[in-house]
Amino acid sequence: MSFMGINWFKYSSPQAFHPLAGKMIPWFSAAALALIGVGLYIGFFVAPTDFQQGDAYRIIFVHVPAAWMSMFLYVIMAAWAGIGLGLNARPSFMMAQAIAPTGALFTFLALLTGSMWGKPTWGAWWVWDARLTSELILLFQYIGIISLRASIDDLRRADRASAVFALVGVVNVPIIYFSVRWWNTLHQGASVSMTASPKMAATMVTAMLVMTLGFWMYSFAVTLARVRCVIAERERQLSWGKNASIQQVAEAR
Amino acid sequence: MQWGSPSEFWAMGGYGLYVWTSFGATALCMVWEVLAVWRRQAAAAVERRDVA
Repeated sequence: MSFMGINWFKYSSPQAFHPLAGKMIPWFSAAALALIGVGLYIGFFVAPTDFQQGDAYRIIFVHVPAAWMSMFLYVIMAAWAGIGLGLNARPSFMMAQAIAPTGALFTFLALLTGSMWGKPTWGAWWVWDARLTSELILLFQYIGIISLRASIDDLRRADRASAVFALVGVVNVPIIYFSVRWWNTLHQGASVSMTASPKMAATMVTAMLVMTLGFWMYSFAVTLARVRCVIAERERQLSWGKNASIQQVAEAR
Repeated sequence: MQWGSPSEFWAMGGYGLYVWTSFGATALCMVWEVLAVWRRQAAAAVERRDVA
């Protein structure tokens, strides 16, 4: 397959993808720093104070991007897992493996910043509300996928098992997203949606979207860097051949 | 801009603790993740040289 003069299949081999990923990381990192910087500036110095929630609402500039990323990354991870299962492609499994920790981190941050927002506005750090509970389950899914992979010694079986787990768990993502509509939740409904105009001031929406873009760029940079580690670690295991000791394998994983 | 002074900015209208904990924790987690990947990469690089 050749498009724009590039043989794209070349990059489906880990050996070719490793240096390509290395070249892209600085660009994504720079974009992440710039976007997050601009987003913070708009969020703290341009966006006005909310008339209902005061300045506590400014938590939205990390909370919503983190929560969105937790769901986006899960879907992308599950997609790579599905491609891996369908085509039996090792690099796809490596991508899924590299995305999981970043997804788990954003899920944790969404929950943490959410409780920081819940305390002053609802009077409670945590409530067993449909949105919060389904997001907590997402965190458990990420942790489950990571630990399932770590618990299986045979790499190919680890890849397939965690891919199946990731694919099955994808049903939770629409549940999280629509939870505020399907159930009567304490968590507020969507402030920004595809179908209606935003329910916030334009500068607030801008800051939130710029921060989200920044988090995207951050995620690209950090998962590409991690997939390089995964490629290198697996290559090392292959180079031992059949003589690898249990000790060596354990250390590498 | 709605901040009269730096202390007003840090107070965040009385919500400083919540706002700065949120932003601080997010920044810390991201920096920690970058450092962790960095260290993992350095370890992988050393091992590649060992094998070669």
